[in-house]
Amino acid sequence: MRFDSALGLEARRGPLATIAKIVLYGGMVIVFTGPLVGLLVSAFGETLDPTGFSIVPDGFTLENFFRAGEMGVYGYLLNSFVVVGFGLLLQMLVSVFAAYSLARKKFRGMSIVLLIMLATMMLPEEVIIIPLSVVLADVPPFHLDLIGSYAGMILPVGAWGFSILVMTEFMKEVPVELEEAAHIDGAGELRTFFTIILPLCRPALGVIGVFGFTMIWDQYLLPLIVATESSQWTLPIALRSLRSDEDSGIGVLLAASLLALLPSIIAFLLFQRQFMRGLTSGAIKG
Amino acid sequence: MTTPLPSPGPAPRSLPGRRSGTLTAWLFLAPALLLFLYFKFIPMFEGLRMSFFEVRPYLGDEWVGTDNYRTILADSAFVSAMWHSTLLALGTTVGSLVLGLLLALLIEGKARYLWFVRTAAFLPVVTTMAAVAEVWRIMYHPGDTGMINTIIGWLGIGPQPFLASEDSSLLSIMGMGIWRGTPYDMMIFLAGLVGVDRTLYEAAAVDGASTWRRLRHVTLPALRPVFWILFTLAAIRGLRVFVEVYVLTNGGPDGSSEVLMTLIYKLGLQRGDLGVAAAGSIVLFVATLLLTVLVQFLRRRQPR
Repeated sequence: MRFDSALGLEARRGPLATIAKIVLYGGMVIVFTGPLVGLLVSAFGETLDPTGFSIVPDGFTLENFFRAGEMGVYGYLLNSFVVVGFGLLLQMLVSVFAAYSLARKKFRGMSIVLLIMLATMMLPEEVIIIPLSVVLADVPPFHLDLIGSYAGMILPVGAWGFSILVMTEFMKEVPVELEEAAHIDGAGELRTFFTIILPLCRPALGVIGVFGFTMIWDQYLLPLIVATESSQWTLPIALRSLRSDEDSGIGVLLAASLLALLPSIIAFLLFQRQFMRGLTSGAIKG
Repeated sequence: MTTPLPSPGPAPRSLPGRRSGTLTAWLFLAPALLLFLYFKFIPMFEGLRMSFFEVRPYLGDEWVGTDNYRTILADSAFVSAMWHSTLLALGTTVGSLVLGLLLALLIEGKARYLWFVRTAAFLPVVTTMAAVAEVWRIMYHPGDTGMINTIIGWLGIGPQPFLASEDSSLLSIMGMGIWRGTPYDMMIFLAGLVGVDRTLYEAAAVDGASTWRRLRHVTLPALRPVFWILFTLAAIRGLRVFVEVYVLTNGGPDGSSEVLMTLIYKLGLQRGDLGVAAAGSIVLFVATLLLTVLVQFLRRRQPR
């Protein structure tokens, strides 16, 4: 007998067990991927009927994607990429800088800083969204108005406690000797940071990169309060307005939804290992 | 390292060296702290302040004391939104936890195809909520041609109104939440199952324990910490739900699925009642905080 798992299902053999497994695992795959496969199939489908959503293909056409172009979907997609591109760059830079300080330096007030990071993670962004809209309209002390600007969508996602803490944990593991050696060779602080520490953190950069990407790509409330013109919409918030287009039925909506989903699915499939590692470490540590 | 190197450097340099070290530490931290200050802490205090004022842009705010809180707590729409949020959070959390645990137990193992099943099943978690919600809205189409109605039609169940009825709108949103939450809980349970001591299974088998008893006395106790963490995270997330409801029903029909966040959004950004909306946000924050404390308290009281 084997004791690898709680139920010991894996070890069961025989035709009945095989059928049961196929039904079980197949059923799971269908239930969890079905709606996404349906989206993929229907976005390329020919029907314009609002209920025309199916896993079974009914023809193949790119018409929905052309019509999506006429509705400005690619503009929204571009907005999304601008926000996620600059937002992620800023977030990763801010995270590695902060983590470097938290992992490699000793200074007074460090525990307070850590507490601040944790506090930001406990504070749900939904709770502050109303006052954030007020603050963004009049950023002290310069009275900057960030409403209606990309900066308003990018700056608030620039610092994220999760990536800072993941990065900090990882940087603690980098041997001190390497840093000391670089110092002895006369390398300055920034140079050591960029040429020694950062390259060693590549696996962790993958983790915070892919999590940061999905986090920023999923932003909804923030662009919703910042975008004042429809031309500034990111793709997720534009979706809702695409429903009511009468000529194209739900085709445009489906095509746009597929475009909104694909980047995070691709990111997940490419960086699965980092994703799972970051997920479990983040959740188990709380 | 036999002979310690003579080190003329460190001794005289140590004091200013450490000070500049502290300075660089703060410099490296500055971007993060500034961004947190501007986009987390200032809004938080601003929200607290606003909740005691009648906020009037260009005219100056007027102190109203606890009036905003009284207004919102007396508002029947707010009270039912709180109730809906709680139901939705509880239903989604418990549903995802139970299903996630069940599935984790069923697909625990090392086989190659299990890896495929896990990856495929995990997809709902990483997908963009707004797009997923649009897909579910279409699948929930009320007539008998709607996709889910077609499927339950095969089982002999008549077409359901789903999002279109006051009786089922909240349940339908919950259904999508469970679909999206289950794989996440499943993956965390799977990670927890890896840590279960295999020799205990063996010992249980030697003692002649059934699979059920093995599960009850070995596996589940080992998973208890994971369970608490998932419960807290999911319940807090459930209270703050916005996008799902906003996209699927926007609170309708007739307010039957209005939750805290959709109501706060409408109050603050559509009706411009910023002070009242801020008070609502603070109530939401306090509810989240109380929930966290309560769960921690219950967890401490657990044996072991």
